Amino acid sequence: MTIILLFIVAMIAGMAAVLDEAQFHRPVVACTMTGAVLGDLTTGIILGGTLEMMALGWMNVGAAMAPDAALASVVSTILVIVGHQSIGAGIALAVPLAAAGQVLTIFVRTVMVFFQHMADKYADEGNYRGIEMCHWIGLVIQGLRVAIPAVAIYMVAGTDTVNDALNSIPEVVTRGLQVAGGFIVVVGYAMVINLMNAQKLMVYFFLGFLLAVFTDINLIGFGAIGAICAYFHIQTMQMNIDIEEAAKTGGGGGVEGDDIDDSDLM
Amino acid sequence: MEKKVTKDDLFWVFIKSNFLLGSFNFERMQAMGFCVAMIPILKRVYEGDELKKALRRHLEFFNTQPFVAAAIMGIIGAMEEKKANGADISEATLSGVKVGLIGPLAGVGDPIFWGTIRPVLAALGAGVALTGSLIGPFIFFIGFNIIRLATHWYGVQYGYTQGTALVENIGGNQMRFLTEGASVLGLLVMGALVAKWTSVNMPLVISEYTNSAGEHVVTTLQSILDSLMPSIVPLLMTFACMFLLKKGVNALTIIVGLFAIGIIGYAIGLMA
Repeated sequence: MTIILLFIVAMIAGMAAVLDEAQFHRPVVACTMTGAVLGDLTTGIILGGTLEMMALGWMNVGAAMAPDAALASVVSTILVIVGHQSIGAGIALAVPLAAAGQVLTIFVRTVMVFFQHMADKYADEGNYRGIEMCHWIGLVIQGLRVAIPAVAIYMVAGTDTVNDALNSIPEVVTRGLQVAGGFIVVVGYAMVINLMNAQKLMVYFFLGFLLAVFTDINLIGFGAIGAICAYFHIQTMQMNIDIEEAAKTGGGGGVEGDDIDDSDLM
Repeated sequence: MEKKVTKDDLFWVFIKSNFLLGSFNFERMQAMGFCVAMIPILKRVYEGDELKKALRRHLEFFNTQPFVAAAIMGIIGAMEEKKANGADISEATLSGVKVGLIGPLAGVGDPIFWGTIRPVLAALGAGVALTGSLIGPFIFFIGFNIIRLATHWYGVQYGYTQGTALVENIGGNQMRFLTEGASVLGLLVMGALVAKWTSVNMPLVISEYTNSAGEHVVTTLQSILDSLMPSIVPLLMTFACMFLLKKGVNALTIIVGLFAIGIIGYAIGLMA
């Protein structure tokens, strides 16, 4: 029974990872679902929260592909809960798993080129059901690429060989990983900031940083302050546009006062 | 007889827009997903050879932020309907509008959804999840999906009713305001998160003495840093990561590097 539910959860996470819509593949959701299926919801939620911080900046932008959160979340949760590993070990395992998941999805995305050409043929026949079939096959393969490894690892997790291998990780490594877990999230922040790519807006980043360092405002407060700053920023933009347009229509003058003077003369 | 797209058709476009990326491939990316989402409209207004040609033209390259793609589906749907009713819209015009919208809409969608809404909600949810509470995952999942589904739904509806009029709006100031406004909010929250939700502790002892009052005073590296500027280390780490990412270093490589810093830092007693 557990194995069927695990298969379904892993399928959903795998499909969500390529779709990037409902976010079932994000650690905070995927680890929670996996934890619920494996009978240890709380561990799933905590591991999910930890991994989510790490994966905050993993995103698909343009043609760039994010490391695979789905396989990392589901399999590391299995290893922590079924294999009785620490959260620290779970974090350590998540990174190579995310890289492995990325390799698998690259493979599927390459295979799908074949189905793309199959869809072309169906289009020439006017067979839209055929195109839809090609599309859904792609989605199912993306689900299986997470579900199959997850079920396979579930079956061997907890066996002596796997436990011995995981337990042979030295303490300095697991403790060191937990230390790194405190600041690994900066990669995510950096990715998000780079995405905005607005040098002149960095002043708002520093404002947020300083307010957080020297005050006790919570995140909802920061959202409100951010909204107010956004409001004033847009006002300023609008003002600059108005001045520019006035400069264009008002000939050489450029200030509103000039326009009024001109109309007075007429 | 005039061919008309029904409410049901638009509803199915909305449903299928949720699966845009399902068959993502390296040759034409979201092409199949886009075509599949357009099928409810195409099969309503075309048949025979016209349908074949329409299916074929929507299997061409397509790739944008998946939520804002819904608006493109609405616009193209309106144009296809007009074309089927005899309007002079060439295949080149349709392709032009589609490809022309990919860039500007992704330019609005990426910073708003991936840059602001998801990281802020995910950080909020993850922060609560660390306490083991189910509320954490729910904040993120429900909050994000309400916004996402609303974007899909209104994107299809608004795109369809506005049609090509929307194409001109997207180039206007409103979109720039929206994007920059979201970036301001996002950056301010990111700045706060760098300080609040990172932890670096450097207990390395710098000096240790007993003062005139007989109290034992221990100065650690962390206490010096805290008296200058708390959270300065995560801030500098963030800048270092931004620099490396701009240089094209893979994010996973940086993560492995930070893990190495954590392990070595712990091993030599610099960090704890």
